Amino acid sequence: MDKTFIGRNPSVLWFLLALGLFTAGVTILSEAGLSVISTSFVKTLGKTLCLCLIAIAMDVVWGYCGILSLGHFAFFGIGGYAIGMWLMYARTEGIVVESLSSQVIPPTPQEITDAIGNQIFGVVGSSEFPAIWAFADSLFLQLLMVILVPGLLALVFGWLAFRSRVTGVYLSILTQAMTLALALYLFQNDSGLRGNNGLSGLQNIPGFEDTPQSTISLAFFLGSALALGLGYLLFAWVVSGKMGSVIKAIRDDEARVRFLGYQVESYKLFVFTLTAIVSGIAGALYYPQAGIINPAEIAPIASIYLAVWVAIGGRGRLYGAVIGAAFVSLLSSWFTSGGVPAVNLGFYTIQWTDWWLVLLGVSFVAVTLFFPKGIGGLFDYLVRKPS
Amino acid sequence: MHRLILAFALLLGLTPAVSAQTLQDILQTHADEVAKPGRRTVGVVLDDLAASGLPGVAVFLEKWQDKSVWQRDDGQFFIAAEQADTLQLTDIDSGEETSAAKDTFTQLKPNGGVRRVIATALVQFQLMDPDVERRTTAVASIARRPDASQLGPLLGAIDGETDAALKARKIQLANFLSASFAENTEDRIAAINSLSTDTSVEARAVLNQILTTSPGLATSLPTDQNVAGVLTPGEDMTRDEAYRLLVEAELAAPRTPPDVIRAALEANVVDGRVGNIPVAQLGSTANRERAYAQLAAVGTVAPLVTQSDRNAAIDEFIFFETYDEEDKAITQAAAAALGAVENRVAAGQTIDLALDALSLASIYFLAAIGLAITFGVMRVINMAHGEFIMMGAYTGYVVQLFVPSYTASIIIALPLAFAVTFGAGVVMERLVIRHLYHRPLETLLATFGISIALQQLAKNIFGTQARPLTSPEWLDGALVFSDVVQISYIRIAIFVLALIFLGLILYVLKRTRLGLEVRAVTQNPGMAASMGINPDRINMLTFGLGSGIAGIAGVAIGLYAKVTSEMGADYIVQSFMTVVVGGVGNVWGTLAGASLIGFLQKGIEWLNPSNTLAAQTYMILFIILFIQFRPKGIVALKGRAAAD
Amino acid sequence: MSTLLEVDGVSVSFDGFRAINNLSIQIGEPELRAVIGPNGAGKTTFMDIITGKTKPDEGKVIWGERNISLLGMSESQIAMAGIGRKFQKPTVFEAQTVRENLAMALRNPRGPFSVLFYKKSRNGAARIEEIAEEVGLTDSLTRPAGELSHGQKQWLEIGMLLAQDPRLLLVDEPAAGMTSQEREHTTDLLKRAAQTRAVVVVEHDMEFVRRLDCKVTVLHEGSVLAEGSLDHVTADQTVIDVYLGRG
Repeated sequence: MDKTFIGRNPSVLWFLLALGLFTAGVTILSEAGLSVISTSFVKTLGKTLCLCLIAIAMDVVWGYCGILSLGHFAFFGIGGYAIGMWLMYARTEGIVVESLSSQVIPPTPQEITDAIGNQIFGVVGSSEFPAIWAFADSLFLQLLMVILVPGLLALVFGWLAFRSRVTGVYLSILTQAMTLALALYLFQNDSGLRGNNGLSGLQNIPGFEDTPQSTISLAFFLGSALALGLGYLLFAWVVSGKMGSVIKAIRDDEARVRFLGYQVESYKLFVFTLTAIVSGIAGALYYPQAGIINPAEIAPIASIYLAVWVAIGGRGRLYGAVIGAAFVSLLSSWFTSGGVPAVNLGFYTIQWTDWWLVLLGVSFVAVTLFFPKGIGGLFDYLVRKPS
Repeated sequence: MHRLILAFALLLGLTPAVSAQTLQDILQTHADEVAKPGRRTVGVVLDDLAASGLPGVAVFLEKWQDKSVWQRDDGQFFIAAEQADTLQLTDIDSGEETSAAKDTFTQLKPNGGVRRVIATALVQFQLMDPDVERRTTAVASIARRPDASQLGPLLGAIDGETDAALKARKIQLANFLSASFAENTEDRIAAINSLSTDTSVEARAVLNQILTTSPGLATSLPTDQNVAGVLTPGEDMTRDEAYRLLVEAELAAPRTPPDVIRAALEANVVDGRVGNIPVAQLGSTANRERAYAQLAAVGTVAPLVTQSDRNAAIDEFIFFETYDEEDKAITQAAAAALGAVENRVAAGQTIDLALDALSLASIYFLAAIGLAITFGVMRVINMAHGEFIMMGAYTGYVVQLFVPSYTASIIIALPLAFAVTFGAGVVMERLVIRHLYHRPLETLLATFGISIALQQLAKNIFGTQARPLTSPEWLDGALVFSDVVQISYIRIAIFVLALIFLGLILYVLKRTRLGLEVRAVTQNPGMAASMGINPDRINMLTFGLGSGIAGIAGVAIGLYAKVTSEMGADYIVQSFMTVVVGGVGNVWGTLAGASLIGFLQKGIEWLNPSNTLAAQTYMILFIILFIQFRPKGIVALKGRAAAD
Repeated sequence: MSTLLEVDGVSVSFDGFRAINNLSIQIGEPELRAVIGPNGAGKTTFMDIITGKTKPDEGKVIWGERNISLLGMSESQIAMAGIGRKFQKPTVFEAQTVRENLAMALRNPRGPFSVLFYKKSRNGAARIEEIAEEVGLTDSLTRPAGELSHGQKQWLEIGMLLAQDPRLLLVDEPAAGMTSQEREHTTDLLKRAAQTRAVVVVEHDMEFVRRLDCKVTVLHEGSVLAEGSLDHVTADQTVIDVYLGRG
């Protein structure tokens, strides 16, 4: 990343500065400092940062490359499951070893494995370890899975779809079908990932049992901020320069790009896979903060919400995606947690927990109709680019 | 057998020698057995009663079974009904009614076993009862508890039967009984052979009953038993199962499971060691077995049965299955008959599956055709299409709140649902879609916004619980071809509805001015506009039409599934896939897509019957692959018109 | 002048309609060739077949000294082999600047990773300036292409074509919607390009074709009706019949 890159993209610098200030502010106000912000709110903010990370990935694939993927949350979920498997295995192992150590004679490895299997898969009426848990005991391998599995899935799916020149709405529906298939698969008890129970207790980090949650959540918050910063840099670099030129050209007229001699499919595949990997990483950071992951998280609706955030924030600009994701998801949790006072109309009282989705749906239509550039478009009025 | 012959005599109308007696006389002869009946002793009484041929026997037996027979202190029996302190008495023979104080009577309370014996005897009478309902009940009771003793009475009751359906049932049942219980082998085989065309569950149960097997083992295959087949351990059964059989037959020592070893070791820790192995080293299976072997060597515990011991024991024996039925001819006939039946059942199941698939395809067609029309004409994917389906279903629900007659309410609901969703579609087109032409991806998102708003709105209005949309009685039940092939009337109705709409849409598109204009706009909007067709109007009407059909589909779907605010979402992805697979802008394409997806889904469900989730997963994977080979769907537009 | 492209006995039909019927054309290098013909003669389909957009039902398309068949290649492979195409409607990337448009077209490795790690070079910048100069867009290099006038967009597209450095340029109606002054400029551009490479111009406008002063191929109903100098073909009776109404 040469000097000219930041020089040519001043918004990157501004963004990183804002993110740094925000992170520092939250750290100071958290329980580690002035104790103004509760641990659960630090978790919410940390999760929001992860959502911002997948939102910029979505922005690159949709806003820049023109592929409206309705399946990126599948990659997010896979990342979560991959890290969740290690968290759950390692933690259960700790508990099991602890309880078996009170026996007269030491347990055999087989006994330990059986007991862990019983603990984890008892809820789906099984105690056998499925094959996909083969690496669950290794943090390193599971971290590798966080990257490899979404990457490979995106590579195979993208290769199939782009090769046959499925585009536009068709492609969107195909990606939606992909995430639906994955969610349905995971809902089965014999999927090997505990069916609709999902993986739980992920907020307990093995090896840090004695560390208070306030410290752990702050650490994850900082990790998420770092990931978002790095992700932002990565994507800003990708979409600037000639690569950005080509993928924007693909978005605007892919046939023309082909006649210029570019293998459009390879570019789409590159963008699709790269964003899928980043989505997986975002998921791997998100779910330890959320504490639980289940197949409902991967349902098609989640990926559509992702598109909604990016659209509201403003497509085709990375900070727009961050603003959209942060704004809508925080607003959403504020409204749905009952934090907004009810409005009494005399004949009817508007409970926002009931009406938030209606408001969101309608405002989303309004944004699409009247502000196609989203919230980020407002910056255009503030910063007039010289032309 | 004695009873059976008597019963025959009774049924054949022979006048028994004891006919001069009254019922009371017979009962008095066996007064003790009647008053305090036991399962064994009651048989004599029943035989005599049956033999008497007296008309009151059946009534008496029923009352006896009901605990409505009382004995007076002088030993006389009466049928009685309790009324506070008095009894309404009916004379057993004359039927004369009197009443008396309760304290001089004792109620007869036959126990459950006796009551069952009485019931069996009663069946013989009921089978011949003039009342057809009682005969039907009797036949049903035999079917519930088939028993050798019922074969005779049943055979005798066939000829006199006037009701054709009941007669057929009696013959079928008699066949079942003969197959299992007939006296000689020829009769049984004849009955078994006659079952080879019967696909009913009962017939298969009878044949399976004859073919039940038990496992056996010996050093060589026995010749004196009806052997069904040899079981090879490791192939037909697991080696663990084989060993378990050996243990059960006490031919081998039970295996020593790991937890027994552990318990034995824990019980024998001496000075921190088991044998000469320190406790700390017992964390491996090999060391544990060594320690256990040391304990066994000094006789503290039973010797360890190792894997090779078990293998040797298994290899010494032959494992096989024998039929519980000893006659080889019968089991062969039954096996052949069962094979024939299963072939027929398989054929039936295929037909049944095809019918299921057809009705599923009809539903997908109804759900997707509106979407296909709007997508074909306007290149607009309407994510709120599912919510229009939901609106249609709720319209039906609301109509039923006001119109009590289910038939009338459905007749009102269908056009009303069309009108409501047509209106909603037009409003949506005017307010939103119109402004987003040529931005298909944004239309997709805007309509998604409408979709979540409508869904939540429905939740706020109608609540989260499912609302019923009740079908008229004439749609209840199913058209039953056999135990295997049947289809519910609602599904037939939906199929017919889909056919009607297929015809209607084809008519509108091919034979009307509107259809001509719609096709013109589909194929070349610019040219159509320049020829004086107002694309705005066409788009509006098309969108309304597509939405209206969704409303009708909603009523249809609501009839057999529950009406919830989320029902639209359940169908939307399948509808999309129907459109994508079928190809855009063509009614036949949608039909082909719906059929493919419907049949595919049922086919996969059949291959993997335990799991509809897996079936759906595989189906979606198939569609993703299908798109690879036909990216434009089954019925694709060709040439320059297809270029985007 | 050696043969660069040989189209031999090519036919293609859409839903029973024969757009190209046993068409055979040879293009040499260097050469300037004009292809004319009434609407529906198959001019655009002819280009679609060469550039790989449409696969013909039968026939051969042979390219270059090593006689490679173009039929099995994808659009991008054909473009990389040295065939550039300008569409009838100017299609430039309006959201990007003129410089970015030209930079994308420059002859450089086209793989995603070489593009990702692409570093701007002095050579590349110089080449962009040179092309901009040639098509008269030097002052507009930093402007978004969407702001250009119709004629400027046409030139930008020709510029992108030149930046690709192809051996064969297929140019579809380059003069449509241009003022006469702009036409003159365009003619000069094409003539200059044709000094070193093959240029095929599809055009309706006879005046423009006359100014190109080159060999002309007349297409009609998907096959070659006449070939030769403009004066020769305009004197041909069958050509006159086709252009002035059938009989």
